[in-house]
Amino acid sequence: MNTIPNSLPRRRALRRAHAGVPWLFATPALVAFAAIVVVPSLAALAYSFTDWTGLGAAHWVGFDNYSRTFSDDQASGSLRNTLLLTVAVVVAQNVLGLLLALGLERRFRGRNLLRTIFFAPVILSPVIIGYLWQYIYAPDGGLNRVLGTLHLEALQATWLGDPKIALWAVAATVVWQFAGYAMIIYSAGLEGVPSELKEAAALDGAGRFQVFRDVTLPLLVPAITINVALSLITGLKLFDQVLAMTGGGPGFSTETLSTVIYKQGFVNGRLGYSAALAVELGVAVAVLTTVQVLILRRREVRS
Amino acid sequence: MNGRRLRPGTVALRAVLVAGAALFLVPIYLLVNISLKTPSGLAAKPFAPAIPAHTANYSDAWHGTSGTGTASLGGALVNSLVITGVSVVVLVIIGALCGYVLGRRTSRLSTVAYVSLLIGITVPAQLAIIPLYREMSDLGLAGTRQGMILLYIGLLTPFTVFLYTGFVRALPRDFEEASRIDGASELRTFVEVVFPLLRPITATVAVLDAVATWNDFFGQLIFLNGSGKETLPVTVFSLAGRYVSNYPALSAGLVLALLPIMAFYLLLQRRIIAGFSSGLKG
Repeated sequence: MNTIPNSLPRRRALRRAHAGVPWLFATPALVAFAAIVVVPSLAALAYSFTDWTGLGAAHWVGFDNYSRTFSDDQASGSLRNTLLLTVAVVVAQNVLGLLLALGLERRFRGRNLLRTIFFAPVILSPVIIGYLWQYIYAPDGGLNRVLGTLHLEALQATWLGDPKIALWAVAATVVWQFAGYAMIIYSAGLEGVPSELKEAAALDGAGRFQVFRDVTLPLLVPAITINVALSLITGLKLFDQVLAMTGGGPGFSTETLSTVIYKQGFVNGRLGYSAALAVELGVAVAVLTTVQVLILRRREVRS
Repeated sequence: MNGRRLRPGTVALRAVLVAGAALFLVPIYLLVNISLKTPSGLAAKPFAPAIPAHTANYSDAWHGTSGTGTASLGGALVNSLVITGVSVVVLVIIGALCGYVLGRRTSRLSTVAYVSLLIGITVPAQLAIIPLYREMSDLGLAGTRQGMILLYIGLLTPFTVFLYTGFVRALPRDFEEASRIDGASELRTFVEVVFPLLRPITATVAVLDAVATWNDFFGQLIFLNGSGKETLPVTVFSLAGRYVSNYPALSAGLVLALLPIMAFYLLLQRRIIAGFSSGLKG
């Protein structure tokens, strides 16, 4: 046997004898994960039941921090704002992303350039984007100037200074930045829809909208699942753009869970309270992503 | 398909797309244009091309944080590069090794580790950062580049290992078995046979981890603000505090802070877009 080193029986024997890839290889990553994510997250969960300030001892306060997050105007407002922002971002980003992907589905000269342009904001720093849009929304800024030039003075507003509008102005910025992300995931999904299926449906007399609804859309569900999950998480964790554009104001009208976690924990030193808000953020992310994945999974079909 | 003519609907659609792309670029145009104006020029006509260009804004922004104990834009660029570069290299090495183990082993322990990492992907960093802030301060790591690198290695490990594990599972075992038959050690098999086969997913991991680290603001604000080791996002934050109503100088700072990643995008756009669209499908 030794004269034919790679013979099949020998390979089989080797496969059986091989003890498996050594666990030692996994150790650095698992240690980093345990030390920097698992242990601190569990510690934060414990701190959320205390009045810990980061200095001195922490005292057990039961669910006080949690009940306060629902009575305190800043925190309860931030929970409401975060959910509203998330819904707006998920819907607008996915609709716009899908429309762009459909518009760019067929090959033509310049298609790649357009994709590159629509995707570009995705990789830019959100905090820088926030400052840029702060100027666009300023009372004497870009948007009001454009409206003035078009004689649409009636539509001019103090975009970030009006508590009724500011939250939606922030949402629009996020959609501008990340619609291109949804677009490329939908584009990848559309490439996976076999053209024979669409042609067969068209031959059977289906109109373009019918083909889209009955053939393309069902096959696009995996892409929708990914995109909704991504935009959901972006929306729920929103911080950078808000801090840059409004700082959470006017009043508490654009405060999000993350901005309150930052202010209460790291500006006011109420780390226990801040931890309770972070736990609520974690629960919101876990529950909403699980629910949406379960709903959309059931609609998945394969071609 | 010879001599095909475009239908009016198609022409209209493409016109809309081109107009949309132009509209998408307006904020970027405005940013660059403002950065070359004087404050009074901006107040008069923000959209009119800045001629003559007022380049003094750039030297203002470049020196804008000097003497404040905050990193200058140049220093911040170095800090961002070091933190991002080292984090990504370490993540690729430890992530590939761990993904190789979890992708090949089918024991219960392997499943437990994999599922824990999956849960770790969804846990918001905000949670872990609260106790870490205290811990890192006690260890003297808060406000240092080493501390930030450790933070990103930990926070991005779950996602990185997830991508590598999925890729390894789909990879045939033949090559590594042949290498073992030739008598190579486990480590040598990994370095010379497995790791080169992982190249496509390594490209994806590098792009996604680099953009996440480079752009993160929450962690950098908490750990680095006021430390003198600020990165670009935190320095921009300080600049905005200084130039509250001086949009031209602030915009010049924003343009400078965006240049590195814009260059990265223009050079590698295809690979970057592919990384973003493929990575999430595992």
